[in-house]
Amino acid sequence: MAHETTDNSDCPVASTSELRPPQIQVAWTALTTVADPEIPTVSIVELGMIAHVREVDESIVVDLTPTFAGCPALALIQEEIKAALAANNMPNATVNIVYDPPWTTDRITEEGRKKLKEFGLAPPGDRCEGGMPNLDQTPCPLCDSANTELESIFGPTLCRSIHYCHNCFQSFEHFKAV
Amino acid sequence: MTKIETCQALSGVTKEGVIDLLYRMADDELMIGHRNSEWTGHAPILEEDIAFSSMAQDEIGHAQAYFQMLHELGEADADTLAFGRKPREYRCAALVSLQKDDWAFTIVRQFLYDASEQVRLTALANCNFKPLAQLATKLRSEEKYHMMHGRVWMLRLGKSTDESHALMQAALDKAYPYALGLFEPTEHCQPLSQAGICPPEDDLKSQWESAVAPVLADAGLTIPESCKPVYGGRVGKHPPELTQLLDGLQLVYNIDPAAKW
Repeated sequence: MAHETTDNSDCPVASTSELRPPQIQVAWTALTTVADPEIPTVSIVELGMIAHVREVDESIVVDLTPTFAGCPALALIQEEIKAALAANNMPNATVNIVYDPPWTTDRITEEGRKKLKEFGLAPPGDRCEGGMPNLDQTPCPLCDSANTELESIFGPTLCRSIHYCHNCFQSFEHFKAV
Repeated sequence: MTKIETCQALSGVTKEGVIDLLYRMADDELMIGHRNSEWTGHAPILEEDIAFSSMAQDEIGHAQAYFQMLHELGEADADTLAFGRKPREYRCAALVSLQKDDWAFTIVRQFLYDASEQVRLTALANCNFKPLAQLATKLRSEEKYHMMHGRVWMLRLGKSTDESHALMQAALDKAYPYALGLFEPTEHCQPLSQAGICPPEDDLKSQWESAVAPVLADAGLTIPESCKPVYGGRVGKHPPELTQLLDGLQLVYNIDPAAKW
């Protein structure tokens, strides 16, 4: 039977880091160097895309919970995770795509939200689960005004909508809440 | 009723039912995604070019997720399932096979289809087969943006000029019997409902009717009376449009199934 060490912490930020086996801690740290290629300033850990990191028979297994199921960057992210782990003496890592737990924008860390805004993307608002979110008055990431309106529900990537700010007269993009 | 926690724990008629359900959903998504992609570079305005391209990407991504689950249940891999089947082996409803037609039909079809997906995914999000419940929860949260998009266009075109209203009404008259065909029952529906996985198609159809009727009324559109559902897609009997669609979709795969692209 495979020897398995599991870290079931849903919260990727290292509050329980002292409890993690050293290999798994090194793996989490390596994962913080992998960015979403469409938002290069934010790591996949800050986006909450890492569901679990486990050690199975001395190899690392990463469960990746996708932001959008149809995200074309997924295959690339999987490769980059493997490369980042290999660079830390963890070759032969496996990266699974999982929907347990399903990714939601609530999984983005505070640091991640801050970096999204710095990148020029308004962080996601209320998910309104079961209902329809109101995308008007999304706060502008450039001037913080709520005097904004929705221009297009769809944008340059699956996760973004396009808005216009009547205060600073700029168009901006918003990470849609899902 | 006990929850089924993993793909491996499925068996018998329940497993056969889940496989049938996943094929129906995956094939619907693949075909409507392909039809949506036909607007890339051709939509009436740039925002809609982006919207239909994004929705195509979503739908095809969702098809891939369903195909992946089918693979875990012992079916072929996702590419083989998407590209390597004969027309009669697909389980999509005729609605999604039809040509993209004009903008009114595109909007009406997408709205009726998205509403059906919303109803089905909401039911599946609470179903007894945990992997599907989790996937449905995820996909439903993405699909809500399709619904918001569709509603805006239904109201805008339904209530604009006489010409746009007439085109929308004609599109609804054409699409509605096909949309009813999304709820074509199959022999697997009863075991699925008994296992607490998917409610009977008639129940889903009633929920769908309650969801679309108010928007159609707000848009000033009249639901065609006593129309007969177009069935057959769920058992592999498709309109000629599907063969035409697959000729394009499968072109590269048929030349070289192992091609990297």
